Amino acid sequence: MELGPRIIFTIGSVKITETVVFGIIISLLILLFAFLATRKMERVPKGFQAAGELIVDTVYKMVGETMGKENLRFAPYMGTLLLFLGFGSCLGLFSLRPVTADINCTVPLALVSFVMIHYNAVKAQTAPGYMKHLASPYVFMFPMNVMSDLMFPVTLAFRIFGNILAGVIVMTLLYGALGSLSSVLGSSIPFFVIALPLPLNFFFDMFEPALQAYIFVMLTMVFTSNGMHVDED
Amino acid sequence: MSQITPQAFIMGMSALGAGLAMIAMAGVGIGIGFNAGKTVEGTARQPEAQGTLLKLMLVGVALTETAGIFALIISIILLFANPYA
Repeated sequence: MELGPRIIFTIGSVKITETVVFGIIISLLILLFAFLATRKMERVPKGFQAAGELIVDTVYKMVGETMGKENLRFAPYMGTLLLFLGFGSCLGLFSLRPVTADINCTVPLALVSFVMIHYNAVKAQTAPGYMKHLASPYVFMFPMNVMSDLMFPVTLAFRIFGNILAGVIVMTLLYGALGSLSSVLGSSIPFFVIALPLPLNFFFDMFEPALQAYIFVMLTMVFTSNGMHVDED
Repeated sequence: MSQITPQAFIMGMSALGAGLAMIAMAGVGIGIGFNAGKTVEGTARQPEAQGTLLKLMLVGVALTETAGIFALIISIILLFANPYA
């Protein structure tokens, strides 16, 4: 069973895989939706503008509740992360390979979140305070704190990668089993695939992507606000 | 008994290791079950907190499942991207 994404074409020695192509297509579709939602803005929104305002309001409310009202400047990054991870993982509904089922997609996003968290922590606590926070409550806890801070982007990346990849494997096995069951009964069209996978499709392609994208964004927000607020006690 | 080539031995032991790695899901099952039980108890105590408790339960489930996902990654690597064969 072939588990990696297919290579669509190569430019020189760089292999362009399904992940890159679908990621670019999803980004372009989100940009197109944003462009259509802000084209002729009216005071009473309807259509694309109403959907866009709903999304922006939800994201800003979430960021305001978790990080406080003075940190709303993080809301665009959190909204982008939520939309890209959410739509990138539910491509299984269109029988395409999800974008986040590739470790090359989740590790850079986790590293960006990691850099953002520690940059903001150092900027808010000034380097000596940051070192003191790493060495609290006892000085010999320094390696443990460093290790748990370094493990954070690893768990962040592997959580969403493992969940979505497990969904891809289960759906591939299910479609294969239903196809061979249909061919046992004598026809060459896999007609058992029509409605039977629907509950698993709902769980792996609608519930898991939403939950994992929400967890990713929520953990980034909580750790950023923790790093910035801890010098007040 | 026929000869077992070193290649076959490594593949067999990798399959055994992949199966043993998934014993970690026992702890994950216990943890998630405990979490769900506490959520049900809290809802029985105060039914209007059900929305908040459900959201917190889902966050707890996703965080607990991470340890099991690590075991799954080890199993998948041993079966499909084996570094020794």
